[in-house]
Amino acid sequence: MKQQASEKVGLTAVLLATLRREVSLAMRQKGEVLTPLVFFVVIASLFPLGVGPESALLLRMAPGVLWVSALLAAMLSLQRLFATDYADGSLEQMALSSTPLGLLVAAKALSHFLLSGLPLVLMAPVLGLQFGLDSRSLGILMLSLLLGTPTLSLIGSIGAALTLGVRGAGVLLSLLVLPLYIPVLIFGAGAVEADAAGLGANGHLSLLAALLVLSLFFAPLATTAALRISLE
Amino acid sequence: MNSPILRSPSLKTAPTLSFYKLGCSKGGRKLFKDVDCTLEAGKWLYITGANGVGKTSLLRMLCGLAPTEFGEISWNGTPIHAQRESYQRDLCYLGHLNALQESMTVSENLRFMTALGGSQVDKDQIDEVLLRFGVGGRSQQLVRHLSQGQKRRVALARLALSPARLWVLDEPFVAMDEAGIKMLADLIADHLGAGGLTVLTSHQQVPIGCIPAQILELHR
Amino acid sequence: MKTRLVHWFKFSSPQNFYFLAGRLWPWFAALAGILMAVGLWISFFVAPIDAQQGQGYRIIFVHVPASQMSMFIYIVMAAWAGLGLAFNTRLSGMMASALAPTGALFAFLSLVTGALWGKPMWGAWWVWDARLTSTLILLFLYLGFLALQSSIDDPRRADKACAVLALVGVVNVPIIYFSVKWWNTLHQGASVSLTAAPSMAVPMLWGMLTMVFAFWMYTIATALARVRNIILDRERHTEWVKHAVE
Repeated sequence: MKQQASEKVGLTAVLLATLRREVSLAMRQKGEVLTPLVFFVVIASLFPLGVGPESALLLRMAPGVLWVSALLAAMLSLQRLFATDYADGSLEQMALSSTPLGLLVAAKALSHFLLSGLPLVLMAPVLGLQFGLDSRSLGILMLSLLLGTPTLSLIGSIGAALTLGVRGAGVLLSLLVLPLYIPVLIFGAGAVEADAAGLGANGHLSLLAALLVLSLFFAPLATTAALRISLE
Repeated sequence: MNSPILRSPSLKTAPTLSFYKLGCSKGGRKLFKDVDCTLEAGKWLYITGANGVGKTSLLRMLCGLAPTEFGEISWNGTPIHAQRESYQRDLCYLGHLNALQESMTVSENLRFMTALGGSQVDKDQIDEVLLRFGVGGRSQQLVRHLSQGQKRRVALARLALSPARLWVLDEPFVAMDEAGIKMLADLIADHLGAGGLTVLTSHQQVPIGCIPAQILELHR
Repeated sequence: MKTRLVHWFKFSSPQNFYFLAGRLWPWFAALAGILMAVGLWISFFVAPIDAQQGQGYRIIFVHVPASQMSMFIYIVMAAWAGLGLAFNTRLSGMMASALAPTGALFAFLSLVTGALWGKPMWGAWWVWDARLTSTLILLFLYLGFLALQSSIDDPRRADKACAVLALVGVVNVPIIYFSVKWWNTLHQGASVSLTAAPSMAVPMLWGMLTMVFAFWMYTIATALARVRNIILDRERHTEWVKHAVE
């Protein structure tokens, strides 16, 4: 006698199931999640070692340095986004499922943000203190990272999908994705600087929010197209 | 018999899979061309041919994973590219890969896969289907701790839980022992008996119940 | 009407396009040569000496057209790539691949000429002005396209992947340009700009236009020649190629 799965499941339930799956997988492979965070700290600490500990200089550099370090750390974990599912055939099944692939991709990008972007947001103040940022700047920094890192995950998912199963995927992914990250970097670091200069960070933060909304709509489309191409 | 097919939403007409003048080329070389077939409910298609002739490519084209450069594939009279979502709802594909996450338990894997297909399973259903496939009692085990054969059987369990009417199976009998082969053959026979369709490739000739195969031979 | 459509679509087959391109590209090359000669003559002899910048400014006749070309080519490349994705034609992807190296070359040329202009002008080999920085980023986008192309073995998949990349890029280019301008004005106030050419005398305008057209002809000529090679390479299993290379 055959058993049969009954009860229809709504789309939100599928999205939550995908999120839960990604998070539980990451929790079982903690090393993969923690390594980019450690990388974030290491890179940010390299700059003072490179330019000297003069506090005025470090303070000036801080937003840019922290943002670049966050960019690079977020990018490190992008490869993991689709690679394991591609290798074991789960990605194929996702592409063949009745759930729209765009939604699954958005769920994966969201999980990437939760696992790499959000920790960066939480760790940035600690590093910011090392650079001498005051509490107000730290707040703006966190807010800019909070608005910017989801965009990084979404844009990054396009690159991850394009380089699936390709030779030298890691470095190639960086080359493809970093130029696209530049606007986020400019507005993110610029927000902290503008606030420190007394010009107010609202313009920058709204632009970051606009970029987030744009990428929320368009990145899943591009990623879905890229995934189907990689699965051919 | 508790048949999944009868719960399928659109059982107004008997489903039909047909393809017409299909061709495939890989790396500039033509593999096969002008392949036609019509498969009706309750029948199964056995695709045969030498190694490298393109059987897997044909199956992937049927699923919509690979693009059809030549020819057309239709499900219930409509081309599949025009009805991607509803076609995929009716389709279950089992390829060479098991699509099982090693770091997750059997139960978690099956739950996720059925959720993707838009349905939900409870613990009892999972236990029962695993038992049927000879991997009972392993629902809480990590997939990583199963043997190759056991992993394959869990992958087959996904088939049993799926409400899809068209099954596309790429060498499903490979690396299975006699008991496993019989299990799968019976499963397919039940599926066909309930009005489903199956397309499969295999190097072994396996009888499926008393239903004769429709044979499609591919050659260059 | 239908027959006219069919007539044009004939050239979307690589085989027919190969021979068409073979007949056309020498003409474009010749035109490019002539126009470039005229443009350079205008820029060296006809255009007046600029009061502030002396003779060195003449490099603007290469720098400005080059940076414009690098931008145009990216858009055309993305358009071909988009066509290839939409209509699943092989030739469109090949055209995009044929254009990419030329686009990258112009971006690079623009940066080099910018540096050559900047050194006598501002005393520095590189200035972070909005245009130069955007051109640098555009060069990165080109290099990414070329890198992706070369790392995917299957040419059809490579074309499609690069098409997605080019379309994503073309959407991002205005955003990148806007953000770089924003960054520039915020940080430098009165921006040092290599693009602020003094009021253009008419001969200067003619010189620039001629150079732009010359670069266009050069681009078309090289793209046609390059696409012929790509066609031969991709279609090497077919009969007509075997005959053609004999």
